[in-house]
Amino acid sequence: MGLFVAQLLTGLANAAALFLVASGLSLIFGVTRIVNFAHGSFYMLGAYVGVTLMSVLPGHFGFWGSIVAAGLIVGLIGVIVEICVLRPVYRAPELFQLVATFGVILVIQDLTLMIWGSEDRLGPRAPGLKKVVRILGEPIPQYDLALIAITPFLLFGLWWLITKTRVGILVRAATQDREMVGALGVNQSWLFTGVFFLGSALAGLGGAIQLPKGGADLLMDFNIIASVFVVVVIGGMGSIPGAFIAAVLISVLNVFGVTYVPQSTLVLMYVVMAIVLTVRPWGLLGREEKVGEHGQVGDPQRPIRPAGTTGRLLVTAFIAVLALLPLMGSTFLQVLLTDILIFCLFAASLQFILSTGGLVSFGHAVFFGGGAYVSALLVTYFDTPMELAFILAPFGAGLLAIGIGWFVIRLSGVYFAMLTMAFSQLVWSLVFQWGEVTGGDDGLVNIWPSDWLSETSAYYYFTLAVSVGGILMLRHITHSPFGYALRATRDSTRQAEATGMDVKKIQWAAFVVAGAFAGLAGGLFVFSKGSIFPDELDIATSFDALIVVFLGGVKTLSGGVVGAGFMESVKDWLTRMEYWRLILGLLIIGVVIIAPDGIVGSLRKLGERTGLVKEEESMR
Amino acid sequence: MKKLITTVALAASALVAGSAAMAADSIKIGDINHYKRLAAFAEPYRKGIELAQKEVNDAGGLLGKPMEYIFRDDDGKPGDAVKIAEELMTRDGAVMFSGAILSNVGLALSSFAGEKGFIYLASEPLADDLVWEAGNRYTFRLRTSTYVQAALLAEEAAKSDAVKYATIAPNYAYGKAAVEAFKKNLKALKPEVEFVTEQWPALFKIDAGAEVQAIERAKPDAIYNVTFGTDLQKFVREGTTRGLFDGRKVYGLLTGEPEYIEPLADEAPEGWFVTGYPWYSFTSGPEKEFVDAYEAAYPGETPRLGSLVGYMTAKSVAALITKAGSTDTEALVAAFADLKVDSPMGEITYRALDHQSTMGAYVGTTAVKDSKGVMVDWSYKDPTPYMPSTDEIKLMRPAE
Repeated sequence: MGLFVAQLLTGLANAAALFLVASGLSLIFGVTRIVNFAHGSFYMLGAYVGVTLMSVLPGHFGFWGSIVAAGLIVGLIGVIVEICVLRPVYRAPELFQLVATFGVILVIQDLTLMIWGSEDRLGPRAPGLKKVVRILGEPIPQYDLALIAITPFLLFGLWWLITKTRVGILVRAATQDREMVGALGVNQSWLFTGVFFLGSALAGLGGAIQLPKGGADLLMDFNIIASVFVVVVIGGMGSIPGAFIAAVLISVLNVFGVTYVPQSTLVLMYVVMAIVLTVRPWGLLGREEKVGEHGQVGDPQRPIRPAGTTGRLLVTAFIAVLALLPLMGSTFLQVLLTDILIFCLFAASLQFILSTGGLVSFGHAVFFGGGAYVSALLVTYFDTPMELAFILAPFGAGLLAIGIGWFVIRLSGVYFAMLTMAFSQLVWSLVFQWGEVTGGDDGLVNIWPSDWLSETSAYYYFTLAVSVGGILMLRHITHSPFGYALRATRDSTRQAEATGMDVKKIQWAAFVVAGAFAGLAGGLFVFSKGSIFPDELDIATSFDALIVVFLGGVKTLSGGVVGAGFMESVKDWLTRMEYWRLILGLLIIGVVIIAPDGIVGSLRKLGERTGLVKEEESMR
Repeated sequence: MKKLITTVALAASALVAGSAAMAADSIKIGDINHYKRLAAFAEPYRKGIELAQKEVNDAGGLLGKPMEYIFRDDDGKPGDAVKIAEELMTRDGAVMFSGAILSNVGLALSSFAGEKGFIYLASEPLADDLVWEAGNRYTFRLRTSTYVQAALLAEEAAKSDAVKYATIAPNYAYGKAAVEAFKKNLKALKPEVEFVTEQWPALFKIDAGAEVQAIERAKPDAIYNVTFGTDLQKFVREGTTRGLFDGRKVYGLLTGEPEYIEPLADEAPEGWFVTGYPWYSFTSGPEKEFVDAYEAAYPGETPRLGSLVGYMTAKSVAALITKAGSTDTEALVAAFADLKVDSPMGEITYRALDHQSTMGAYVGTTAVKDSKGVMVDWSYKDPTPYMPSTDEIKLMRPAE
């Protein structure tokens, strides 16, 4: 009994920081509709600022003052980010802003390293709260009890702010209908800035308040972001009490998980998320998703046409150049292009479901990595010949997509995105923790192609043929009747249904197609690298693909491919430099601000404006 | 599509420009590491290499040419690391490559080296598979094997009267191997021990309070700790606060390394038996010379174990090329067989048997002195007697 209570209290104490960070993210999303990937970075900054202030300010006042000050300072940093980076791109297509926040992550990572150095900082203990209290014979740290006591006040404070004050009324109004609030004369941009301040400050507070239980280190941002998303989604996006309940649920569950299933703690969280979202698609206290029903923000998506003669000639010429490359280019150029081509195919498959299907997937890497793992497992355990293992990669990924699709396709919008993320993380944690079969994080190695493909040039030609073939096939599907039907379901679900289409079935089929092509790219990947590790299934790989699709232009057909080519080349070039993440981050933010329609979309607009490209021609 | 052409053309021209800038007359060695992802460990490593490189070049270089290390960041991703290795070897003209801390990156690089016939000196990865189960002709390893370090702790643990053990290790391959090796060696020395609980926190995501409660619940006599970095900090803090370590023996793998014990400052645990690097208490010999040279080269900094590993990596490469008398891959592979290198730890040998070096380990007891965590009563252990037997290794290593 004593232990049970003690575990419960540990869980409640752990929930404090998680709740603070999650409520900030939830608020920001609720009002601005921005999925802020950089929220973990604000949490990290809160910890670093807090630890620095605590080392200068002494005593009780210094400790608690530092926590509050860390929150305020991080809130101000959030304001700077909002004004400089996000304001210029509010009018961009839905979710485009997440690319900008990704740039912010990179910039903050390098700046933190520059300012605070690489060494992990241990947080100071809270003065006067260094001991334990015995509850039913079990030792409970005093600071844990302090956290448990503080959290309800913060929850109540936020609740009061949101429900009882004028600011809160405006925030809630903006959560429900942004345009209407604007029409009633409320200055939206300052409202957004204010919410961003509050959200970031909460993240900073979370980072500072956990210091006596941990410290500040450079991996904090990525380490917390997945759990924060889980909490926000389980609680219901935009709901503060929901975030609280979910934070407590996840933390308490985790504590008991540590005791009873110590090997599977990672899996547990995602299983809970998948169950909650399957039963209650909008989270525990969330409201049904309304956005997107009346079309997206920004220009409507244009109709598409097959490429004109000029376009086709150009593409043919370009492919010919690529094909001639091994005759003159260096070996490494072929290796680099192999990487780029594989990534292009992966991005194209995401673009298909995201742009043509209008379904934003946050977990597309599960099919890329899934395909790769199918090949690798076949080779490792059954000595399958490379050719067969390769062909089975897209089928394996397709099967996986049929399974996951059955669960996720019933949702739409951000909740669809979140559920795809939950499933992909679930698969990732299974692969990661089921070491006996998958090799865990030590992966599967020595998965090399057959002799006839083992030469760099041979594999390059193979990749060129498969990738270009795959991309063309995806384009072809887009232009086929199925593609038209898919776009109909995207543009107006109701009208599509009225014409007798089975919307969900079409979306499911498209999801499977996209998954299979991602698996194809994964098959190419594993044989080019000779090994596969769980990272390739990870949330970071999904984000990489997402970023290049948005960067290239979500409302175009070639955006994913162009974005992938651009990103991979730039990365290869930049990683030679000391602070490459800073430069890459700034570059991404720059591109986002200059080209809010993505690279292809913005160039097309520019071309039209200057008269270089005729509007009809450019509808590619 | 036009834009794609422009992009790729730009990228291509950047590449060409890059290769033209390549200096011609030096012996290049590539080093791939997680300079950003794990900066706390990779930065001292890099400084160690740079120190050794300077010493080699001041002494006239290698085969009459200067030694030139090329450092590249892989962002902690195995796929990127493989690409960079290819680039270093085929475009930058490196003769071999070294590096990696994360086991998975090390394994990816070693598989790549085996397939393409490039030499890879795995300096820091902790996975023993590199030289055993997944060993190959072209991969060599410097860092003391996890197996040996666990065996050293098991030997000490067998001397105590503790019977019930709890283990806590990060839930990934290195943690699993470290626990397995400890259990195997301890059981062999003292068959009556039992392991009452095994805790597996996710790497760098420990829920320390819950872990401490779970261990306390099992009431062990002693604890075997494999957590490191921020996980260790949190575990030590929660464990100390809640009295987990009172009256219990703790055996800590890597805990005494400056990387991990220094950030703990005056909260460092006392009385743990650990492996580590007590640079502060050397008084003479090559151990001390290295520490002095390092502090002279980087004023205000003190060496980490990573610094030593980096230094020994570059020194091994220098010894290798000098012995081979050329930079031809086959000559280098041949020269690696039983290569002897003078290092701050004394002479080490790269065993022809399994390509593992005989770099040893320091073991000792932790204490707090002047508000700093240190190792006392330490000794240096030669790893050879603790290795699995030749036959066992031959069984594990795939035939060439």
